[in-house]
Amino acid sequence: MMHAETAPPGAAAPVFYQTDEEGHHSEGSTMLGFWLYLMSDCLIFATLFATYGVLGRSYAAGPTPKELFDLPGIAVNTAMLLFSSITYGFAMLEMDRDRVKQTQIWLAVTGLFGAAFVALEIREFVHLFHEGAPPWRSAFLSSFYTLVSTHGLHVSMGILWLIVLMVQVGKRGLIVENKRRLMCLSMFWHFLDLIWIGVFTVVYLMGVLE
Amino acid sequence: MSADARHLTGHGQDTHDSHAHSSGGHGTVQSYMTGFVLSVILTVIPFWLVMGNVLDNSLVTTLVILALGGVQMVVHVVYFLHMNTKSEGGWTFLALIFTIMVVVIMLAGSVWVMYHLNHNMMPMDAHDVMNNAR
Amino acid sequence: MFANLDLQQLLFGRFTIEQIPYHEPILQATFAGVAVVGLAVLGVITYYRFWGPMWRDWITSIDHKKIGIMYCIFAAVMLLRGFADAMLMRSQQAVAFGDEQGFLPPHHYDQIFTAHGMIMIFFVAMPFVTGMMNFAVPLQIGARDVAFPFLNNFSFWMTVAGGMLVMVSLFVGEFSRATWLAYPPLSGAAMSPGVGVDYYIWALQIAGIGTLLSGINLIATIVKMRAPGMTMMKLPIFVWSSLCTNILIVAAFPILTAVLAMLSLDRYVGTHFFTNDLGGNAMLYFNLIWIWGHPEVYILILPAFGIFSEITSTFCGKRLFGYTSMVYALVVITILAYLVWLHHFFTMGSGADVNSFFGITTMIISIPTGAKIFNWMFTMYRGRIRFEVPMLWVVAFIVTFVIGGMTGVLLAVPPADFVLHNSLFLIAHFHNVIIGGVLFGMFAGVTFWFPKAFGFKLDEFWGKVALVFWVTGFYVAFMPLYVLGLMGVTRRMQHFDDPSLQIWFVIAAIGAVLIACGIASQVVMFVVSIRNRDKLRDLTGDPWGGRTLEWSTSSPPPDYNFAFTPVVHDSDAWWDMKNRGFARPMTGYKPIHMPKNTAAGAILAGLNFVFGIAMIWYVWWLAALSFVAIFVVAIAHTFNYNRDYYIPADTVSRTEGQRTRELEMA
Repeated sequence: MMHAETAPPGAAAPVFYQTDEEGHHSEGSTMLGFWLYLMSDCLIFATLFATYGVLGRSYAAGPTPKELFDLPGIAVNTAMLLFSSITYGFAMLEMDRDRVKQTQIWLAVTGLFGAAFVALEIREFVHLFHEGAPPWRSAFLSSFYTLVSTHGLHVSMGILWLIVLMVQVGKRGLIVENKRRLMCLSMFWHFLDLIWIGVFTVVYLMGVLE
Repeated sequence: MSADARHLTGHGQDTHDSHAHSSGGHGTVQSYMTGFVLSVILTVIPFWLVMGNVLDNSLVTTLVILALGGVQMVVHVVYFLHMNTKSEGGWTFLALIFTIMVVVIMLAGSVWVMYHLNHNMMPMDAHDVMNNAR
Repeated sequence: MFANLDLQQLLFGRFTIEQIPYHEPILQATFAGVAVVGLAVLGVITYYRFWGPMWRDWITSIDHKKIGIMYCIFAAVMLLRGFADAMLMRSQQAVAFGDEQGFLPPHHYDQIFTAHGMIMIFFVAMPFVTGMMNFAVPLQIGARDVAFPFLNNFSFWMTVAGGMLVMVSLFVGEFSRATWLAYPPLSGAAMSPGVGVDYYIWALQIAGIGTLLSGINLIATIVKMRAPGMTMMKLPIFVWSSLCTNILIVAAFPILTAVLAMLSLDRYVGTHFFTNDLGGNAMLYFNLIWIWGHPEVYILILPAFGIFSEITSTFCGKRLFGYTSMVYALVVITILAYLVWLHHFFTMGSGADVNSFFGITTMIISIPTGAKIFNWMFTMYRGRIRFEVPMLWVVAFIVTFVIGGMTGVLLAVPPADFVLHNSLFLIAHFHNVIIGGVLFGMFAGVTFWFPKAFGFKLDEFWGKVALVFWVTGFYVAFMPLYVLGLMGVTRRMQHFDDPSLQIWFVIAAIGAVLIACGIASQVVMFVVSIRNRDKLRDLTGDPWGGRTLEWSTSSPPPDYNFAFTPVVHDSDAWWDMKNRGFARPMTGYKPIHMPKNTAAGAILAGLNFVFGIAMIWYVWWLAALSFVAIFVVAIAHTFNYNRDYYIPADTVSRTEGQRTRELEMA
């Protein structure tokens, strides 16, 4: 390896500078950067899951999952999120065809499904409060509310972001920047769906199984 | 010279432009629908297993629904997040693998460590807790 | 009367005028000092009409070099604060024996050791490390900026906002007394009802966002923006260490965020994560926070390793010995860092099998670190070593760090740890690795890259004086703590009964004074160097005979770093260019695409600061208002699509012409 430092005699002088470049495209990093952000977000959820895993059976003589969880309601919730995933997919397909109106319509549908999900979750929480199961009742409930509402907050942020993007697409059309943003939100949205799989499996289904 | 040419087409170069806007191909109607149908199936089965009390053994049910959840996550990653080993020069895949490793370490480690702690430090059992709380 | 009270609570939350500790003489003096220095600085800025340039060229700057420099200045200022805390502790412990209570009451002493630890890690070591990476990484990979320049500016100001919260706690209210990691149940609402822990939490949460974003930013930069030809195995080793560090940041800081969020829920909402009742488990906090905490140790030390590697090969005039093994050692450390966290609480009671697993992994992780030490020594072996100041720091580091590393391996043995846990032996150990490793590394880095950043070298004499004081001061201050720790003296004590221990604490206090002399010499070094800058000027841009790309451009580098992107053929790219007789292109300049400055980052961070203050003092209306404002500003910022501009070709041509003339003069 050491003689690689000197060029062999007779070899053409190597190129040391790029003199005909177009300049750097830092935009090319956005998708990777956003993916890295999602990975870090994933670890926030992992911490909350680990907490739930440790504290999820500490009922402190309070209500247990079996008494509290309403699986049909959760099934409807899950359906909402799953539908919103596929409708966001349709929005992306319309975006690829550069159709502004259709993209916006599918985004709106996605947002409505998302809003329905958040509304159902709030309704569930209100119901739990009435049942005498607020977050300060036991460690189980603390970790349950924190995990589920962190996900719910993410979905709400996603809806806010979605509205902003609908406005921006309306104002500027499907320009490169907006497409990139829609792709980021797409990853965010599907990622939240993925987290929800963990939530309904570990929290709700396994909780009721006890 | 040929060596230099090879260097130029090496990693650093192509990340500058060619991947910039083509990354994260968004799939097709078909791939989205495949993902959706698979997800529906993989969601319905665990709900049915639990709500219908299909299997007598709750441990088996737990393992089955965990496995189904894991499979569904993979489905989402492949069909909705369009993850593959090549996008962004493999870096997103590498990041995913690393994250999964950390997640597994954290989940398994925390449960293991805290279970042993509780076991060794003899916490009050549920009955004592109940009496204390009242 | 009561309506009045309610109004006051509504407007000011739990803040009352009594919360300002104007009756404490130490704080009075501190406040007076800060006020005088602050006014002097403001006066100087106004006198030299520096406000405009400061806003345009620094505060709103998205130039990675300037942000890197600002990180280092911020770290240096916070180092003074953290070191003042250290002096207070050392002097208190040197006198508080028997009937003598010393000058610090326990409630004050506890705030000081909490602030010292927290500031030194989060607001000295972290910004120093981030600053070094910000400054050097894009230059070393031949890039013109980082991947997300705006985020970079935002990250920096978030870090500053966090640091400011800690500083405000000095004069308004109090700081946490619950140790640098805010261990519950002590940090819970029941034991610490005041604002102290809330200051701690919000300072870390706000700074943590900045750290995480800058981690993502630098990974994307390293992955995506390398110069053509720079394959992964041709990366300068500092870039490799930065990559591993930032991977650790992205994969560890979310855990801290989540854990602190749960602690704040315990405090604000009354949940039961880490409480003593209703099923809470305080030890879960220890478990989770150290899953972040151990990688954090490597986040701090890996960049220092990178700096030492660069300096060693530069000042030995040799290629780094065992480049490949160095890279693998870094990667292995990155992974193993997640498998050792329990060694911070062996005594918790998880039992023999858990403890032996983590004891063994801890011993394993010392192997790649040891391999690095050998690599540096083999690089020095038969090298033509130039013992200039950066290289002297490397030598001081190798000796000191090996001692610290070996005491670490002692602590990794669970039975030994049962004796040494929470003793001064532990304090001596981690100061041994953090001062001897991280801080020496940062000092070496500052001396090494200062000429690149400002165009002139630092004064060598005062650099050596500072080094001598720091190194001797370190040994005099911390070797007695090893002895005390072996005798079983525990940490965090404000007062001791046994007078036979006093002599060791007096020696340690003398050590702290020596370190103070070291810091003073560093201040003198900067003053003298700035005064003699014309004599110390370096026109070549390559004052040390450098090996990597940052030395190929002028000092300080132009806004765009490189007029033409370099093409890389070797891991020591600049050395290779010099050896093979490169020719600097003098014509054919093109307009250069650059990001625009923006005030959004500073404004957002300012709003976050206000939000933090409002949450700490329960001023709910202000919290809501600033929270909404954060979103409004952030969303408004996304409506700005006009974020870049072109540096015209003739500007580039003029700048490069100037550089040509300088090279001829040199």
